[in-house]
Amino acid sequence: MVHLKDVTMRYRSGGTLAANNLSLDMEEGEFAFLVGPSGSGKTTIIKLLTGEVRADSGEIEVNGFDLRTIRRSKLPKLRRTLGVIFQDFRLIDDKNVYDNVAFAMHVVGAPRKEIQERVPYVLKLVGLEGREKRLPQELSGGEQQRVAVARALVNSPRLIIADEPTGNLDPARSLELMLLLQKINELGTTVLVVTHEKELVNAFSKRVISLEDGRVVSDRMGGYYEHEN
Amino acid sequence: MKINRLGYLIKEGLRSVFTHGFMSFACVVVIVACLLIMGVFSVLAYVVDVNIDNLEQQNEILAFVDENLDEAQAREIGKRLEAIDNVKRVEFITREEAMQNFIARYPAEEQDMFSDLTPSVFRDRYVIYMDDLALMDRTDAAVKTVAGIADTSAYLELSRGFIALRNVVTIVSVILIVILFVVSVFIMQNTIKLATFSRREEIGIMKMVGASNGFIRCPFVVEGLILGLLGGAIAFFVLWGVYQLACDRIMTGMIANILVIPSFRSIMYPILVIYLVIGLIVGTFGSNIAIRKFLKV
Repeated sequence: MVHLKDVTMRYRSGGTLAANNLSLDMEEGEFAFLVGPSGSGKTTIIKLLTGEVRADSGEIEVNGFDLRTIRRSKLPKLRRTLGVIFQDFRLIDDKNVYDNVAFAMHVVGAPRKEIQERVPYVLKLVGLEGREKRLPQELSGGEQQRVAVARALVNSPRLIIADEPTGNLDPARSLELMLLLQKINELGTTVLVVTHEKELVNAFSKRVISLEDGRVVSDRMGGYYEHEN
Repeated sequence: MKINRLGYLIKEGLRSVFTHGFMSFACVVVIVACLLIMGVFSVLAYVVDVNIDNLEQQNEILAFVDENLDEAQAREIGKRLEAIDNVKRVEFITREEAMQNFIARYPAEEQDMFSDLTPSVFRDRYVIYMDDLALMDRTDAAVKTVAGIADTSAYLELSRGFIALRNVVTIVSVILIVILFVVSVFIMQNTIKLATFSRREEIGIMKMVGASNGFIRCPFVVEGLILGLLGGAIAFFVLWGVYQLACDRIMTGMIANILVIPSFRSIMYPILVIYLVIGLIVGTFGSNIAIRKFLKV
């Protein structure tokens, strides 16, 4: 489902080596944490997986799409198989909760009836039942992040990528969110969480992939966060 | 594209007009201002053209009939004059009418001094109107060759002056309208670009959830189209008001007798169509071009 082999990528501005012969595989249904200090290449991996940037060399395959050769016009199709959650939620301010989630289904051309059935189901799943008409600014940080999770989940993606999803949440809300992601994973979706949260990583006892200087330095099932924050 | 999806995109475009109210207002104001400046100048050029045309119409050739011919013979010449190229129509004026016209030029209290005047002093004559004033000298020469015409009177210099004036006005107005159009499109496009820039984050979110460029572009184009048409319609009504106001102020006293000001109703349909088409083109293409750079994610 996710396959990176000997991936090298250098940003043009500054010439930083963001991925250095990086290799990584994830199977269907896995839950993994991607950890590492700032500048270790975590965000670059997300950008590589979503097609935002291209590798200089190496193999990258995500959900059956070969990202070495994918045409720009095919990127939307790749992104529809992914659900991406960001630290800053990235909700559309002038759309209410329902519309922010339904929007992702309109993008893929889902029929209206399906949208009317699926959106309430997903909102209930993330615990936002009854909040459909609220605007993002009327919600707490934790609720906003749950809207982002619902949006990522609504098209039943094969892989959810969460980029520092708890970065703007307090510890209790962070734990709630991780439990939600674990629940989603148990329903069959592959989940990759990029995080700095040592306590959360250690509490969940999942696969932990550690990065340093653009390389994987450890990859352990039931591992721990070994870096200093 | 499915009807359901197209309906959603149109609805999104409409919604955007209201949710981004201030930017929508700014775009419409800029479109109205630009169209208004362009429109005022175009209408001004049109009114000048109409007046030159009117003055041209009044510039005719006077052909005097040989005084040895009687009235019946003089009237016969009319058919031959009408057959000349570029002659639009001819008008026969008898000696008596010519005398009355002459006397009528003077104030009523001075007309007594012509009590001894007889029609024999005048000649029967033809007033000859032309299709094209530029061919006046050629037409004048042709009229002189007609048997029974003793002499002609044509203001060739005046007609040349009118032609030169019309050419200058046409060239200047075309150049100015083109410059104003280009400047207007540039200003309107930049305003739309500014409005779009404030929504680049929204575009980024759309890209990240897998929206195609067409899906992202469509509501922006719908929005641009609505704002463009709205701007065009408002500019039309404002121009109408300005025109009417200017007419009411200008068309008083002597000027009303000299100037010909066409009614706005006689020119409203071309103006409305041009405004709506420009609004539509600027709104649609402007928004399309403006979001292009944000789509490269």
